[in-house]
Amino acid sequence: MTAWEPVIGLEMHVELDTRTKMFCACEVTKGDAPNTHTCPRCLAHPGALPVVNQRAVEYAARIALALNCSVRPRNIFHRKNYFYPDLPKAYQISQYDEPLAVEGWFEYWVGDEKLRCRINRVHMEEDAAKLIHAGGDAGRIAGSDYSMVDFNRGGTPLIEIVSEPDIPSPEAARELLQQLRNLVIELGVSECNMEEGQIRWDANVSVRPKGSTELGTRTELKNMNSFRYLQQALDAEIPRQVEVLEAGGTIDLETLHFDPDTGTTTPLRSKEEAHDYRYFPEPDLVPLVIDPAWVEELRRAQPELPAARVERFTAQYGLSRADALVLGSAHALAAFYEEVVALGAGAKPAANWTMGEYLAHLNAAGLEAGHGHVTAERLAKLVKLVEDGTVSTSSGKDVFAKMIAERAEPEDIVDKYGLGQISDTSELAAIVAAIVAANPAQVEQYRGGKQQVIGFFVGQVMKASGGRANPQLVNELLRKALGT
Amino acid sequence: MTSLDPLRLTARVAKRLLVDGEISAAELAKVYLDQIAAVEPRVRAYIRVTYDNAAKYSTKVDREMQALRGPLAGLPIAIKDNMVTEGVITTCASRILRDYMPVYTATAVRQVWDDHVVMLGKTNLDEFAMGSSTENSAFQTTRNPWDLATVPGGSSGGSAAAVAAGEALWALGSDTGGSIRQPAALCGIVGMKPTYGAVSRYGLIAFASSLDQIGPLTRSVYDCALLLQHIVGHDHNDATSVALPEPVALPDAERLDGLRVGIPAEYLAAGIEPGVRARFDETLARVEELGGRCVEIGLPHTEYALPAYYIIAPAEASANLARFDGVRYGYRCADPVDLLDMYERTRGEGFGPEVKRRIMIGTYALSAGYYDAYYGRAQKVRTLVRRDFSRAFADVDLIASPTTPSVAFKAGSRTADPLSMYMCDICTIPVNLAGLPAISIPCGLSDGLPVGFQLIGPAFSENRILQAAHALEGAIGFAPAPTFRDSGAEADVAGAAAGVPLEVHE
Ligand SMILES: [Zn+2]
Repeated sequence: MTAWEPVIGLEMHVELDTRTKMFCACEVTKGDAPNTHTCPRCLAHPGALPVVNQRAVEYAARIALALNCSVRPRNIFHRKNYFYPDLPKAYQISQYDEPLAVEGWFEYWVGDEKLRCRINRVHMEEDAAKLIHAGGDAGRIAGSDYSMVDFNRGGTPLIEIVSEPDIPSPEAARELLQQLRNLVIELGVSECNMEEGQIRWDANVSVRPKGSTELGTRTELKNMNSFRYLQQALDAEIPRQVEVLEAGGTIDLETLHFDPDTGTTTPLRSKEEAHDYRYFPEPDLVPLVIDPAWVEELRRAQPELPAARVERFTAQYGLSRADALVLGSAHALAAFYEEVVALGAGAKPAANWTMGEYLAHLNAAGLEAGHGHVTAERLAKLVKLVEDGTVSTSSGKDVFAKMIAERAEPEDIVDKYGLGQISDTSELAAIVAAIVAANPAQVEQYRGGKQQVIGFFVGQVMKASGGRANPQLVNELLRKALGT
Repeated sequence: MTSLDPLRLTARVAKRLLVDGEISAAELAKVYLDQIAAVEPRVRAYIRVTYDNAAKYSTKVDREMQALRGPLAGLPIAIKDNMVTEGVITTCASRILRDYMPVYTATAVRQVWDDHVVMLGKTNLDEFAMGSSTENSAFQTTRNPWDLATVPGGSSGGSAAAVAAGEALWALGSDTGGSIRQPAALCGIVGMKPTYGAVSRYGLIAFASSLDQIGPLTRSVYDCALLLQHIVGHDHNDATSVALPEPVALPDAERLDGLRVGIPAEYLAAGIEPGVRARFDETLARVEELGGRCVEIGLPHTEYALPAYYIIAPAEASANLARFDGVRYGYRCADPVDLLDMYERTRGEGFGPEVKRRIMIGTYALSAGYYDAYYGRAQKVRTLVRRDFSRAFADVDLIASPTTPSVAFKAGSRTADPLSMYMCDICTIPVNLAGLPAISIPCGLSDGLPVGFQLIGPAFSENRILQAAHALEGAIGFAPAPTFRDSGAEADVAGAAAGVPLEVHE
């Protein structure tokens, strides 16, 4: 019985957040009325010519640098020819054998394990327009009553990142994508909005006997934009391939569609895929010559990248690798956490609160870190209130919930609801005395040597104080009252 | 108003008359509109005469002459109908763009409009500039005013015929493999293809992007320089455009002292008609008389230039013409059943046979498995052709050749044989492959039809070419004007005279 291992490679497409399109001066927008951002160029009127958006080259180069690629000093745009209504020139200006950047790598974490994936290339191209099919089924052009084209998106700068087949598992593929997305966001070159398809990818996967160095025949999963579906699709496709091979069959090089409802992969009609793109150098553009000094300038101006920040979080804040990964991977959350610490909260409690209550709140509310009513100031104040014993940890959670509900400062909530920790000896002594008096049997047990019954008393006191009693003081007072 | 002969008037003279107030812009425009009325039914140079535009803008120039004292203000021009003009239908002589109304204006046209030239209309061409006779137009066949039975050349045949026939003072054309120089030669006028990139291609409906170049068709070398001055320049809308290292100067040379002129043996081996060869040799004698020196040179890869061109140009065209898909503008077939049907019938019905032929050749040449053998090798040949020229220009200042191997040929005589048609451009195509500037000037007649003399220079040597051409033009003193005779009709008459009895029925 052979043991099999999967080999996965990814091709990622990222729309860049430049102000204007890749080859014309139309604004890149989201959600505007259809066909309001078009011109002779992005509608491919006769005689119109492309002009390269320098900002897009800069953004693409910055991504390439962050992926440790070498940016090539001379690169060429090619025409990729095919007919489709969303492609007005009937060719996409893309790059082929002389792309912007090649031969890089990206390090990412899967649990505690750091993996490295080689990056084959990063190249620039333009996005297609958006098609809307009316009538018919499943939003396909075939069988629809009619189709409409919105050219607002057409010509948006797009970069393609092609990995080597270095990814060992579906989970690793998902992690790589998530962490790479964080990297791109960190660079400020794309928001990578998933719903709007600003980042989408194709995965290719093959299997081989464990330990083998040869690659098996791969299949391709096209145009995905959900991390969960990617993992599900790979989880379905890998066993399918193993099953075929173990039954003595062969894998066809084909493009598959993943149906999340059935959890299975099925081949797309091969006719749709029988493309000969007839690439040839785009004669309307001259070779793009990139000054190495400019690349160095870009390199120097790069922000701290997530991987470096995770390392710094472990060193600077004494966080565990796991905590540093949670807090340091994504720009917004990392910035939020660092602000909480900068405002005086202890690094570790701040980490616990940010990863615990705060992240849960973001997820529940569907918010991005840094948005909503829980500002870094408010969380810092709350953490400090807990740290200095003004409120207990459990009351703190209550304060946190009320901070959201009432959009108020934590100290005001503590005052309003009397959530401050009771550290007043006489007040607590009265409660302790009452509890001791009400539970003679347990007092007897304790005095008979069952020390653990102290826990019962602490619980009763905490309950009576509404969770506000200072636990240390309660312990002291109980031991005194119980006569030890 | 002075009586003006549109068959002889140059822009240089017309400009002086306008500035001196001897003629108004409206009167000047009328000279050409009258000539159009007189000869256009026989020449058919224009796809669209813009009467209203000509009237409106010439009147405006007259009204605001003081304010509009631009160097070209009021000088009437014809524009090849493959340059988009906002508000004026631009067809590229194709059914697929029959009713296409551009939403913007080509940079070169915009430049002359801004100088207040008066546009007379849009001229005929081979569909998408693919051809050498203007017979591939989807709408009409333009005839050569020197002999209405012959073609004016192509693809800028409409522009060349319009200027030669006095239907325009001057014109803009485009040259991909000889499409300005060859019709200029066949129509007895001056035509220049500038250095690739010197004139913006923005708004020129692309045939072969790496070869196309806009240029002037005029009645004199001076006019050619004057018009060229106003269309060159870097255009941020065209990434391949470049600024000339020095401004275009108006030529005044009368001598060629010290000029070394290379004569490529390969160009003269290519089946040049005896009459053309005779005029060419006479012109070389003039070169020497003016103080120049003619030396034989070699351009050894010339024989491969034509096949390389007929790979590269169709390859680029196959992609450039893919946008005509019926989705956004232009012709769309009736009642398509689905997307593929719409693509196939729109393009099948919209394009003519020569365009389809080149799309198929180009598509094939770029196909997987054939790319290296065709497109890849053609690009290598292109490099060799370019190298031939740069080696030659180490020893000579300019290169001279006949512009075309033959004078104007009879309409219909080559349409059935594409290869014989392609041979028209044997002396002009290598220049486009190398991106060089070249001019054609008339150097005499052969059998009553004009012969063109081509001067080729290194990149950006426009001024050198114009000066030399100007000096030669003066020495040649080409004086005849087209007669609008029709040798086809004469042949019929001759047949009748030879004794074919005419029956008279009453
Ligand atoms: Zn645009």
